[in-house]
Amino acid sequence: MKLNLKKPELKQKVNLQKKDWILIGIILFVAGMAFLLHEFIGGKGAGCVTVKVDGEIQGVYRLSEDQEIEINGGTNKLKINNGTADMTWADCPDKLCVNQRAVSKSGESIICLPNRVIVTVDSSENSEFDAVAQ
Amino acid sequence: MRDRVAYFGVFTALALIFSYVESLIPISFGIPGVKLGLANLIIVTALFKLELKEAFLLSVVRVLLSGFLFGNYFSIIYSLAGALLSLSVMALLKRAGGFSIVGISIAGGVFHNIGQLFVAMIVVEMFSVAYYVPVLLVAGLLTGGVIGILAREILKRLAGLQAGSREPGRND
Repeated sequence: MKLNLKKPELKQKVNLQKKDWILIGIILFVAGMAFLLHEFIGGKGAGCVTVKVDGEIQGVYRLSEDQEIEINGGTNKLKINNGTADMTWADCPDKLCVNQRAVSKSGESIICLPNRVIVTVDSSENSEFDAVAQ
Repeated sequence: MRDRVAYFGVFTALALIFSYVESLIPISFGIPGVKLGLANLIIVTALFKLELKEAFLLSVVRVLLSGFLFGNYFSIIYSLAGALLSLSVMALLKRAGGFSIVGISIAGGVFHNIGQLFVAMIVVEMFSVAYYVPVLLVAGLLTGGVIGILAREILKRLAGLQAGSREPGRND
């Protein structure tokens, strides 16, 4: 009948310890570095968005042209406006991709996992798929 | 033995209820994938109140049940990766010593998000989701901190909950 639950007194430390602050510091430092890395490397030259469904490229669209795109036969709608791309509608229940903010920087993406839709921003220089969009 | 099964049942039920409450009130921070993770409150409490293997079992059972009830198979894979990585890191920090409950919970929150990000990178077969890392790290820090403070208060009041005690233990 002996059980393995803990003894009555709370053994674990209650107040924040020095190691806790070090941990918090490391987390914030890594987050800051990752943020700076993204800002400086991915920030320039965004020109178009690539729409992939199930890993297959469905189309590439210029961010400079305002347009509305139906993806995957209507499961998702992507709106390009003022140089940014935003998922405006999806038929999935969680709507995570719809709630996500618009993307405009190279490397940013909107992902709708239930429908396996990926929208990625590419820089215009190295996109070999420009012709597809025309 | 019977008591232990009962405790495990209570923890499982609580974790499931918390998952349900969270699915009812989607606390939106305006960022996709970021949520408080109320059920983790029970997992953190279990880490300090049950045996480690029971905490792991609880975590897996919780993810599977809530996934089948409120989610889909995608959400199960995500939650499982996040939950197991999170609990492993928390168990390691607890064993390492020198961390408070809040600190352990913060690490759990951060690694919960990292685990899910790894699955996202594998599922969508691309690595540019990595730009999301800073958001997820800070979000994990904040949610883990809140959960840690709540867990600390619960554990203070549950200090009397122990094996074989005939006192009615508070479990909420």
